[in-house]
Amino acid sequence: MKVKDTQTAVPLQTQQPSGEDTKGLLRELVAHLRQNRTQLREEWARRITQAQLLTAMTEEEIFAEATSVYDNYVEALETGTFEALQAYARNLSERIIPRGVETHEVIGIVLLLRDVLARSLFAKYHEDFTKLNRILDSYEPAANRIANTVAVGFVQERERIIRQQQEAIRELSTPVLQVRERLLILPIIGVIDPQRARQLTEQLLRAIRTNRAKVVVIDITGVAAMDSNVANHLVQTVEASRLLGATVIVTGLSPEIAQTLVTIGVDLSEMATVGDLQGGIEEAERLLGYKVLALAEPAAPSQPA
Amino acid sequence: MEVPILKQGHYLIASIQSALTDADLSQLREALIARVGKYRARGVIVDVTALDVMDSFAVRTLRDIAHMARLRGSETVIVGIQPEVAFAMVQLGLSLKGIATALDLEEGLAFLDAKARERA
Repeated sequence: MKVKDTQTAVPLQTQQPSGEDTKGLLRELVAHLRQNRTQLREEWARRITQAQLLTAMTEEEIFAEATSVYDNYVEALETGTFEALQAYARNLSERIIPRGVETHEVIGIVLLLRDVLARSLFAKYHEDFTKLNRILDSYEPAANRIANTVAVGFVQERERIIRQQQEAIRELSTPVLQVRERLLILPIIGVIDPQRARQLTEQLLRAIRTNRAKVVVIDITGVAAMDSNVANHLVQTVEASRLLGATVIVTGLSPEIAQTLVTIGVDLSEMATVGDLQGGIEEAERLLGYKVLALAEPAAPSQPA
Repeated sequence: MEVPILKQGHYLIASIQSALTDADLSQLREALIARVGKYRARGVIVDVTALDVMDSFAVRTLRDIAHMARLRGSETVIVGIQPEVAFAMVQLGLSLKGIATALDLEEGLAFLDAKARERA
C-alpha cells in the first residue's frame, strides 16, 4: 500500500520522501555531523589505520586528508552539489596516485566514512526507528552519490595519467637521429604494434625529407621478438623510404629473430641487412662515399691517406 | 592538362604540375617516349612533387615509362614522391621495384650524372 502522507506514516522500504522533508532531514543530519566532527573524524581515521588502508601515507597525513574529506563530504551533503567534492577528489587523486595509493584504498576509505557516519546515526536515533529510517532515506542516496563521485574522480585521474604516459612513451620511443650529412639512424626499442609501426614510418619519411637523407640505418637490436606482421611493416618502411630515394640498411637482427623469420618464411631479400649497428654505419658511409681514416694511432703507424 | 617536357643537356625533365587524368598520363607517356628518340636523351626525370595522390594507373604508367625509356636507351628516375604518397603506395602494394627514385630534381640529376660517369 502506498502512503502519500509522510507526516502520519512512513513505509519501511522504498519510499521517496518529499523534497521539503528531505531537506529538513538533511539539515538535521548535517547539524549532527558538524557537532560530532572531531569525534567522528577521529573514529574514521582510526578505522582507516585499522583496516591498513593508505599505508603509503603517514598517520598525520591520513588525519589531515580525513579532515578535508570529511568537511567536503558534509558540505556535499548539505548543498547537494558535487562540483566542489569532484574538484577535491581530482585534486586528492593527483596528489596521492604518484605515492602508490590504489583504487581499492580510495573506495575503501570512502565506504568506511559512510559506515562510520551511518553507525553514528544508528546510535543517535536508535530509539526512534521511524525517524532513523527517514534519515537514512535521505542519507543513503547522497552518500552513494558521494562515494560514486570520489571513485569516478579517482579512476578518471588515473586514466588521464595513463594516457599521458602512453603519449610520452610514444613520443620518446622513436627518435630519428642524424649521424652524418645525409645519414640517419633509427634505433627501434621495444614492441612494435601496427600503430607504432605506422608512426615510425611516417616519422622516418618526414625526417628523410627534411634532412635530405640518402641512407638510413634502422637498428632493431632492441626489438625482442618479431612476427610476420612486424616484418611486413619493416619491408613496407624500407620500400617507402626507397620511393623517397633513400637506401635502408637494417642492422641488429638477433639470432632468434633471424631464425623466426626464416622459419615462418618472411621474404627479406629486398632488404639490405648488416650484423650490427657499427657495420651498418660503416656500410652507409661507404655508400655515401665517406672513408674513415685514423689520423694518429699510438701503437701502429697508420696508412698514409 | 598537358605536362611540359623540358630538355636539359642530355636529359628530359617532365614536371607534373597538377593532378592528371588517365588520358593525360597516357599522353605524357607517349610524348616522353617519342622525345627520348628525338633528342637522343640519356636520362628522363619525372617530377611528381605536386602529386598528393597516386593511383594504380599512375604508378603503372610511371613504370611503363621507365621500361620503355630503357628500351630506347635512356635511364629514368622518379623524383619528389611525397612521404604520405610513399606510405600510401606501399600500403596499397603499388611498387616501383627496379625503378630509380630520388628525393628531388637535384638528386635525380645527380643520380643520372653518376650513371653517365659509370657508362663512360
